[in-house]
Amino acid sequence: MAEENDKDKEMQTHTTPASLSGIASKAKQHSGNALGVGLEARGIHAWFGEKHVLNNISLDFWAGTVTALIGPSGCGKSTFIRTLNRMHEFIPGAAMAGEVLLDGKDIYAPGTDVTKIRLKVGMVFQKPNPFPSMTIAENVLAGLKLAQLKVENKDDLLQECLERAGLWTEVKDRLNAHGGSLSGGQQQRLCIARSLAVRPEVLLMDEPCSALDPGSTLKVEETIAHLSSSMTIIIVTHNMQQAARVSDYTAFFLSDGGPGEMVELGPTSEIFSRPKDTRTENYVTGRFG
Amino acid sequence: MSVITTTKPAIPKPEKPWRQTPAQRLITLGIFALAGAASYFIVAVTPVKGKLAYVAVFFIAFVTIDYLYARIRQGKSAGADSVFRGFVTMGIFIAVIPIISILYSVISRGYKGLHWSLFTKDMHSTPPTGPIGQGGLLHAIIGTSLLVAVALVISVPIGILTAIYMTEIKGRFSRPIKFLVQAMSGVPSIVAGLFILAAIVYPLTKTFNSFEGSLALGILMIPTIARTSEEVLLLVPQDLRESGVALGGTQWRTVAQIVLPAARGGLVTAMILGIARVAGETAPIVLLTGGGDTKNWNIFHGPMGSLPFYIWKGFAAGTNESITRAWAGILVLLVMVLALFITARFLSDRKKK
Amino acid sequence: MSSLLTPKAALPPKRKITTEPRLSDKIFRRVVTGGGLSSLLILGLIFIFLLMQGLQTFKSQGIHFLTGSAWNAAVNDANQIDLKNSHFGIAAMLIGTLICAVIAIAVAVPISVFSALFLTFYVPNSLKKIMVAVIDLMAAFPSILFGLWGFFVLEPIGEYWAKLLHKYFGWVPFFKMEAPFFSRSPFIAGLVLAIMIIPIVTSISREIFGQTPLDRIQAAYALGATRFGMIKAVAFPYARSGIVGGAMLGLGRAMGETVAVYTVLNIVYKINWHVLIGAGGNVASMILLKFGEATQGEVKALMAAGLVLFVVTLIVNSLADFIVARSGKSGR
Repeated sequence: MAEENDKDKEMQTHTTPASLSGIASKAKQHSGNALGVGLEARGIHAWFGEKHVLNNISLDFWAGTVTALIGPSGCGKSTFIRTLNRMHEFIPGAAMAGEVLLDGKDIYAPGTDVTKIRLKVGMVFQKPNPFPSMTIAENVLAGLKLAQLKVENKDDLLQECLERAGLWTEVKDRLNAHGGSLSGGQQQRLCIARSLAVRPEVLLMDEPCSALDPGSTLKVEETIAHLSSSMTIIIVTHNMQQAARVSDYTAFFLSDGGPGEMVELGPTSEIFSRPKDTRTENYVTGRFG
Repeated sequence: MSVITTTKPAIPKPEKPWRQTPAQRLITLGIFALAGAASYFIVAVTPVKGKLAYVAVFFIAFVTIDYLYARIRQGKSAGADSVFRGFVTMGIFIAVIPIISILYSVISRGYKGLHWSLFTKDMHSTPPTGPIGQGGLLHAIIGTSLLVAVALVISVPIGILTAIYMTEIKGRFSRPIKFLVQAMSGVPSIVAGLFILAAIVYPLTKTFNSFEGSLALGILMIPTIARTSEEVLLLVPQDLRESGVALGGTQWRTVAQIVLPAARGGLVTAMILGIARVAGETAPIVLLTGGGDTKNWNIFHGPMGSLPFYIWKGFAAGTNESITRAWAGILVLLVMVLALFITARFLSDRKKK
Repeated sequence: MSSLLTPKAALPPKRKITTEPRLSDKIFRRVVTGGGLSSLLILGLIFIFLLMQGLQTFKSQGIHFLTGSAWNAAVNDANQIDLKNSHFGIAAMLIGTLICAVIAIAVAVPISVFSALFLTFYVPNSLKKIMVAVIDLMAAFPSILFGLWGFFVLEPIGEYWAKLLHKYFGWVPFFKMEAPFFSRSPFIAGLVLAIMIIPIVTSISREIFGQTPLDRIQAAYALGATRFGMIKAVAFPYARSGIVGGAMLGLGRAMGETVAVYTVLNIVYKINWHVLIGAGGNVASMILLKFGEATQGEVKALMAAGLVLFVVTLIVNSLADFIVARSGKSGR
């Protein structure tokens, strides 16, 4: 019982809009009628060498919503979200086509400063990857240091980010401990806090819970729920229950041996209750994949 | 459904928008030209002179202009990034220039001393001032081959056993042995030579021969072989060992029939690297082998010539002809060492695939 | 649940797991352990035999062997060594060895680290393999090649640089000149050694930079880091201890090098801190220089010098190992 009370308190601190520096209130206006596009993908194709892995994906991500990308392994979900913050290009032989619009501007346009794009479109990876040489506090603020951004009150920002990531109560007494001393689930939430510190508009999550135990997964899902009101979240997941729990929209990706394609996109409830495409139905009912 | 499939848009061409655009290349080129002009101008106007001045001024000018360009366009962190890139590029240039200079010197000076009888004759009747066409280094090639082969026979078992101890037995001495191997790799070659003098030549044989040289080379070779082998053995997946033991094999059989064969290519690489390490070793050779000028096939008797000694002698004699001979000797030695090295690299590359 | 309520049962004693290895495994383990311990044996034998040969010199010279700098072997009428009138001191040689090695490290380490970074994070993929091969190839160059190249090619260039250094930085105490004699100086020997150890330090650093975990690199980039930012935050902390180890290894190599120094250094039996003057010391080169003409008594003094060199390089290498082992735990 005592534990549940704690959780309630935690929820309250998170839903206080004042600590969310205004972004939340803006998002509040959008939520419900889902206005305002956070990120637009237009006709995205991707290649690794000669291999065509992603075919013509067009998808709008609404601000203040969570979009889940589901589909069997190798269908190009991860590749797709890596094109959204230009992490795709780190893989040798990678190529792409199409446009990704952030605030109406193509992030692949010549002359774009890629580091600024990645500041606006944050990413959380499959495996928790805190910087081991830094303390918990330094990890959270690492992005500011990397981009040489100035903040007035670092302590406030530190607390705010850790609170939004649902980690503050667990680590507030040991902010100077090394990031590696946390459990896997805590590390992952530390990585989320780290992404939040640079105030991204969009947060990409590439199977953020696949390396975590069920308890930690639940914590991360709660964190996602808190964050969703204030930003655009795109999550890749293998876990259909997770997609059903956390997302507003779901896109189903599939590859029939060729490049991955988006089979169906819709509100999560519809995708899981009455999908239009039989392949989606087969997948969400567990008949394959 | 069918309507959708027929109107499928054509697949566009793959693009790499993160690559430098021609316009950006042009700007880099412009910065380059600007820095070049600046260095020319500054060297012409100020009292700073010389080739070195051109290079230094060019570097400073390039980094400054590049920094300002990045700083203005993209901000502070991009500016720092561009300065750092300048230093990193400078570093690789400074590292590569001596290599080019060394290779150029060896080839341009060594080829003058090349002739066919180099590989068919020895130096027994050629004085240091003898014309280049006279004599050869067959005796030195024979000597080096014998020296290295015997050293290999001595050091390979010890080196590989050491590696097996560290990776397979992992006993309580593992850490100390790792430490000792590391310490042994730091033994100066001249000390290895002195040791053989102190332990074998003065108390026992009282005479120089090639076997003593091989002993010293063997000492220098052991750490190279042990460490490279250790790395290679560590790459053998643990599952393989466990599966060997789980099948009821003894550790000895697991190592001999599973681990070592799996690492075979790497062990050969370790040996080749060991050979490359000692083939050009000069100090112990000068102390121990006596350095003959004639062919000698007996490793236990008589002075033994070798490539390092041949080079050493040519250099020390100091005449034009002898120095040209020394460079030719270096060229031959270098070709041998590089051939070994490239073979090792080829083998380990092939293994990775 | 009920078991929790009952008082805790006493834990059983831990069972010791033992196996009786088969005979073949016993033999195998003995042989391998023997082989593994051979490095201890060899190092011990080196120490013992050099000590046996050098003992006479240590006794006759006492502490002056380490603090004195004079080196002359007196011979009596019977053409045997006259220990009373001989002076053997290696202070100048030891300090000279250290000076050359430190110059080498100071020049080589920054260049090597930058090169390693270039080869890991900057080089275009198409060039990477060939450039790595070229640098590694240089590590295989025999030391006599550096000796010849240093003597014929680098020596004149190095002299010119030394003159420049003297002209512009003459006020630095180490760069003072009493007489304008720039050739075969510790500075030039240090440069040759630096060029010799660049590939070693580069290749160690490159290997470690290359092992930087990809997920951390991506994490840094995903936070909007530039390449420099990523290197500062991720790659450098990860590789720091390895670079220190590589540098110490280079130091050890530089201190023990014989032939490459021999050709480009004037051996003078007097301590000289002014690195641009053509007078220096080097234990290994001195041994090689004196060996050919040495009488039996003097050879024993050379053995003693060899022992000192052996112990010093052993200490440097152990220190390197220690630093790497200690700092290897953090930052990884």
